[in-house]
Amino acid sequence: MDLISDRGNRVAVEELNTSRLLKNARKQADKLRLDDMLVVDVDSHHYEFEHLDEVLPFFENEVFKQLVLAGRSKGRGSLLPSQTSFQDMGGRITRYPMRSSEKTDKGGKHRDIQLGSRWMDALSVDYACLFPTQMLHVGLTTMPEVENNLCWAYNRWLTEKILPGSDGRFYSMLCLPFSDPDESLRQVEKFGDRKGVGGFCITAIRTLPVHHNSYMKVYRAIEERGLSLSFHSGTNSGEPIFKSLNRFATVHALGFPWYAMLHMSNWVTNGIGERFPKMPVIWIEAGLAWIPFLMQRLDHEYMLRTSEYPGLKKLPSDYMRDMFYSSQPMEVTDMIQLESTFRMINAETQLMYASDYPHWDFDVPGKIYDLPFLSEKARHSILGGNAARMFKLAPRNEKQRANLQRFGNLAA
Amino acid sequence: MTETFVAKTDSLKDGERMIVAVGDREIGVFRHRGKFYAYSNTCLHSGGPACEGLIIAKVFEQILPDKTSAGLFFSDDDTHFVCPWHGYEYNIETGACAGDPKQKLRSFPLVVKDAGIYVVT
Ligand code: FES
Repeated sequence: MDLISDRGNRVAVEELNTSRLLKNARKQADKLRLDDMLVVDVDSHHYEFEHLDEVLPFFENEVFKQLVLAGRSKGRGSLLPSQTSFQDMGGRITRYPMRSSEKTDKGGKHRDIQLGSRWMDALSVDYACLFPTQMLHVGLTTMPEVENNLCWAYNRWLTEKILPGSDGRFYSMLCLPFSDPDESLRQVEKFGDRKGVGGFCITAIRTLPVHHNSYMKVYRAIEERGLSLSFHSGTNSGEPIFKSLNRFATVHALGFPWYAMLHMSNWVTNGIGERFPKMPVIWIEAGLAWIPFLMQRLDHEYMLRTSEYPGLKKLPSDYMRDMFYSSQPMEVTDMIQLESTFRMINAETQLMYASDYPHWDFDVPGKIYDLPFLSEKARHSILGGNAARMFKLAPRNEKQRANLQRFGNLAA
Repeated sequence: MTETFVAKTDSLKDGERMIVAVGDREIGVFRHRGKFYAYSNTCLHSGGPACEGLIIAKVFEQILPDKTSAGLFFSDDDTHFVCPWHGYEYNIETGACAGDPKQKLRSFPLVVKDAGIYVVT
């Protein structure tokens, strides 16, 4: 097929084949002997709206189903507010424009499972937490019924049609319809005990107060089930403060840490960690550079204005150190700063590798493996051991078992 | 020094590229404005297949004498090839990374003889 280049020029490329695209990752994995260590990717994606025809039948409400069905078939309506987004950089990230050209076995497993196995095998990822793509923006809808129905339908489709076909290699943290606390609770109760559900996810592109009393029953239900809660961040070119940003790069650079900082600040300031000490909380896809900034900033305010933090028994940064972080996109341009960040977050126990594949800024496991300041234990724990403990993931071969045991991470 | 056959000269057209395996290494060979260039197919960023992506003109911003911007344009002079994994861009004539020209992809000499192109490693 041809890719469109500058001024309409065409550049011939072969059709997309994920295994071929990632052949160098496979070589790296062989060189590093990654198959001998359990590698867990706590943040990967698929393009769920490419299968909307499979998801729509699970809509509970016929009226909203009709709205979506009719609009979709005529190319009119739109399920979620649209975003200015150039993830593919004008076709430079070739797996975006070429995605539909990739062949899968029509009689085989679901296409997303086949594609998933290809990239997981190339990266030597044993297990991956699967998140949606378009639905990360579900919090931007002004119609809570759409959010409720979409989360319900997606969560049913994922747990009934997708995860069971992955031989246990994909699991998920299901999206909460967070605009509606009662509905969020209903979905935790309905889906929380299903196979492959490691927890629930607050899609963080929203500005609701995560400390509001109405959410306590949701967190309680998650904690009671021994599940985890994640905040998956993202970009929003429509966020009022970002409206002057004239490049997608800046919308992307600021958006992810912005929503993480907003929700983290409310979470910590209101002592939610004190109230739900047994519920692991993971901050996903905001990178790492924002964490030392916010730790220092909140600690500074706390010491001066302690009366505004009556629910806290220790420094805000201590609560932040109790939480977990996914590694991607790991900012690596200043190694001394990065090492300091690892120290500040107790990375050996609190950091978990994430690829974000197939999104444009994915990280290979080698990015963690090659860090010059990591101990052997930290390397193993960050790449998979910490997630193995949290999500009770079993080793897939004897060498992995020995390594998990060696570093105290064998949990299943 | 080993010479490895890449292609017949006329089978690699202007604006095209080929990937050749030399031992366990892959090399991207480009034909651009009548000349041939060869670079390592391992990206300086995370080891992606640097030579296998889009070939596209450099983008520049035209700043006018009064310091205002006249907008973004494609260069008529500089051409890049782009690593398809995350978008690192490399100058096709030098192998220099667009974001930091001090970083360069390893380049390889080419010999054109007997209507064939050979890469020297
Ligand atoms: S590996 Fe080439 S851009 Fe990342």
